Amino acid sequence: MKIHEYQATEIFKAAGLPVVSGGVASELGMALQIADKAGYPVVLKSQVLVGGRGKAGGIKVVHNKEELEKAFGALKQLKIKGYAVEKILVVRAIQIKKEFYIGVTVDSAKDDVVLIASSAGGVDIEETARINPEAIKKFYLQGGRDVDLERLTVFVRGVFEDPSLQQQAKDIFQKLIKVFFEKDCSLAEINPLVETRDGQIVAADAKINFDDNALFRHPDIESMKDSAYEDADEQEARQYGLSFVKLDGHVGCIVNGAGLAMATMDIIKLLGGEPANFLDVGGSSNPQKVLNALKIILRNKKVKAILINIFGGITRCDDIAKGILEAKKQLDMPVPLVVRLTGTNEKEAKEILAQSHIQTYATMREAVQRVVALAAK
Amino acid sequence: MPWRQNEDDHMSILLDENSRVIVQGITGRDGSFHTERMLEYGTTVVGGVTPGKGGQAVCGVPVFNTVAEAKDKAGANTAVIYVPAQFAKDAILEDIKAGIPLIICITEGLPVLDVVEVKKALKNTSLRLIGPNCPGVISPGKSKVGIMPGHIHKPGSIGVVSRSGTLTYEVVYNLTLSGMGQSTCVGLGGDPVIGTRFIDILDMFMRDDETTGIVIVGEIGGEDEQIAAEYIKKEATKPVVGFIAGRSAPAGKRMGHAGAIISSGDTTAEAKRTILTACGVTVVDFPDEIPSVLREKIK
Repeated sequence: MKIHEYQATEIFKAAGLPVVSGGVASELGMALQIADKAGYPVVLKSQVLVGGRGKAGGIKVVHNKEELEKAFGALKQLKIKGYAVEKILVVRAIQIKKEFYIGVTVDSAKDDVVLIASSAGGVDIEETARINPEAIKKFYLQGGRDVDLERLTVFVRGVFEDPSLQQQAKDIFQKLIKVFFEKDCSLAEINPLVETRDGQIVAADAKINFDDNALFRHPDIESMKDSAYEDADEQEARQYGLSFVKLDGHVGCIVNGAGLAMATMDIIKLLGGEPANFLDVGGSSNPQKVLNALKIILRNKKVKAILINIFGGITRCDDIAKGILEAKKQLDMPVPLVVRLTGTNEKEAKEILAQSHIQTYATMREAVQRVVALAAK
Repeated sequence: MPWRQNEDDHMSILLDENSRVIVQGITGRDGSFHTERMLEYGTTVVGGVTPGKGGQAVCGVPVFNTVAEAKDKAGANTAVIYVPAQFAKDAILEDIKAGIPLIICITEGLPVLDVVEVKKALKNTSLRLIGPNCPGVISPGKSKVGIMPGHIHKPGSIGVVSRSGTLTYEVVYNLTLSGMGQSTCVGLGGDPVIGTRFIDILDMFMRDDETTGIVIVGEIGGEDEQIAAEYIKKEATKPVVGFIAGRSAPAGKRMGHAGAIISSGDTTAEAKRTILTACGVTVVDFPDEIPSVLREKIK
């Protein structure tokens, strides 16, 4: 789960990390108050959860009230990659001497949490990582949240050459690591971390992503979610316990298991069709799930035919069959349905469907061939 | 390695007739349902563990309060976990403390930092974790520990290793339909941090005398398939056929700069197919092509 910069800034501030003074505003009056308190010049930063906002003109520096009024109005009109700017972060402009990068994430190949730091921070950090990998330093946590301070001291010296900055930097590193573990982040990043002309280090940006699997431990974080960034159908699907991603094609799919769902989409494509969605009904076999899945897929008017591909394990085929019958009763089904059921309780499922004259296919290839042909009609 | 079979019986890896299984979360809905399925299959389930419910019996097997007690009294050497995600870390740590050689975690939805902590606890031990978020392990005809449908499997000499659940069933089903039985099928789990990876299992299959061919089933994301490809290029003594899911998946969402910095390569399905092919694996387009290609390569 992603949160906005202003929300991440609040979390960093509460953790004792040095952030730039300011606040978030959704209307001009608030922005003016914040600017008066912080002191001009201030930076107005559009709060959107997509990258490239700088290049899209979403960040503006203003020197007085008049400039702020004009810039604020312009930003509120702006759409960045299709997303409206609802909130604007107003912060004091800082005097940048040098930009650093720090980020904490999980390096899954090493089964460990890693702090990444570089004295070459800023927007080109990924380019730096490619061209000059020696400029990127990595500090592995070795499994635990308790930082080996001696090792960290040595590490900090490798990034911050100026001895007067090292103590500040070490404190920042420790606090960022602490936030990462306490909030179950998948990413906690400051880019740039700025050395100001008066020798202070401050976070000039804040980015946090959270581990969705850990949200049960953090109800306060879950409430920070901005639902504007989630497709309405995808949101609804999640409430039903379905994993759904809308795509551009014309073959709707309902599959159990993410791997099989992806393979089904791949094969639809290889056999000349285009999948309209990814949909994993998950492990349990509630007939209601099939009904809900069909409801969501049928809303997409591009869909010309629907494939149900189930390999029963935990999921029982007869439950899926019951769901299909229920959907036939309750829903207006203007497109053909192709069904392939194999595995647990397959025989019972086929009997149920045969009574309603729904044909089933024994193999995935046959079923996909059939659904692609129907969708092309 | 205690989980490997005796010298005179090399028909499988990880599990065999001597596997004595305890079920953590046996009194729960999934735990009791799958205990029954495992018993039906012939798995030696020697007990269950649910704190506070010791002394009861579920599906005819005794329930213990702790893993240590189950190990002492019932001689368990394999644990399978069905407890809810928020308790799964403690369940695995309890197995590690009790010294259970093989731990199979079916539970999905574990926080990644919980798994990192578990991996740290596993370091410098000879214990092995499979999963989390996996279908389990089966050595057909001998022992099934997990949630896979037993009847689609058939004893034989093909080793299957996969990151997926139902897609593995699809692959196994095709093998069985064409008369190719399996030595062992291992579901590694779909999470970013997992107990056991492709290379660990590939290595066991290469050393297992009765495994004559191997199927590797991967998917988009991560770099385990690339690492496996390098291993196969250097160490493979047996033919390997591969399938990679997710060629049609839309490009993944970015994970800040840090994700791009630590991932050294391309994690798309096409990139994985290319490197596996370059390292000697025959990568097929359809799961139903696996048996014939494998048969040709084993010849």
